[in-house]
Amino acid sequence: MAGGSSINVLEQFELHPVLGGFGEALRFSQAPVFMIVACVIVLAFLHYGMKPAAVVPGRLQAAAEVCYEFVRNLAVDTIGPEGVAFFPFIFALFFFILAGNYLGLLPYSYTFTSHIAVTFAMAMMVFILSVIVSLKVQGFKFFAHFMPPGAPVALAPLLVPIEILSFLSRPVSLSIRLFANMVAGHVMFDIFASFVIMLAGLGFFGDVLAVGPLVINIALMGLELLVGVLQAYVFAILTCIYLREAVSH
Amino acid sequence: MTEDKASFDQRLRAARERSAGKSVEQEAQPDRQDKNLLSLAARAGSEMLGGLVAGVLIGWGVDHVFHFRALFMVIFALLGGCAGILNVWRLMKSLEEEKQES
Repeated sequence: MAGGSSINVLEQFELHPVLGGFGEALRFSQAPVFMIVACVIVLAFLHYGMKPAAVVPGRLQAAAEVCYEFVRNLAVDTIGPEGVAFFPFIFALFFFILAGNYLGLLPYSYTFTSHIAVTFAMAMMVFILSVIVSLKVQGFKFFAHFMPPGAPVALAPLLVPIEILSFLSRPVSLSIRLFANMVAGHVMFDIFASFVIMLAGLGFFGDVLAVGPLVINIALMGLELLVGVLQAYVFAILTCIYLREAVSH
Repeated sequence: MTEDKASFDQRLRAARERSAGKSVEQEAQPDRQDKNLLSLAARAGSEMLGGLVAGVLIGWGVDHVFHFRALFMVIFALLGGCAGILNVWRLMKSLEEEKQES
């Protein structure tokens, strides 16, 4: 958090080797540790949730089933019947991001979705998949989309680069959105938490005033819980939309 | 056995229809609208920024490869800005169409 009286809000995003000499040798930082934790949590949740496989589900099983059906409906409603093929990918993406966003809210944890390297890698995965699917389904007709129908041919030198850039901007905006939301949320946490500590050092009036930023931080936690699930949802639904465009026509 | 299953399916369908009529219209609707608006707000800004960033990155790459100072970065930044605005325009148009359909 705050080092002395100065506020260094970006310190929390720095990567350090963990697990002693072993981590040092492998350059193993907090980010992959929490990625593994996120995967383990999601897999354990599904495994232990579905272990009873009861006709009348218990609480954990019901939760696992709700998650499954939610993402499945999202995929099938958006993409269409072909969406079933992409459902496992979208499910993994959604819960990996969701687990990452929520793990980052715990004290002493690390938000791996706050790094553009991570979000951009995921966005590129989606982008490359959608290009491969487009080329496979539509063949060379795919390239015809870069010329808007009905537009005059004389404008093509201007329109085609804009359309291509608009297409190429997809992974960029997809990754920037998730990364920026996570960074902004955690920077705000840090700023208000630093205010609490700084004000608390000012004696009695400081103690009274410090309640303000503390209350704001509690409200921010509520907002971040919403943002965490919303960003995972937006990432998943945009993946579905891009894949729908790839499989249609 | 098959008769049992058929009657079960029938009852299940009837129950689903009964519950769907209530919960979807009364409870889920406003909640869903809020969520959609919030996710829309999150999308619009980044769509515009995404176009610009993609343009600048490509322009910088072309300049770097062909040893220009900043010619292509300027051109692609402008084109990228246009692409960003186009993205937001498309987003809003799809929203309008959805509204008209419903």
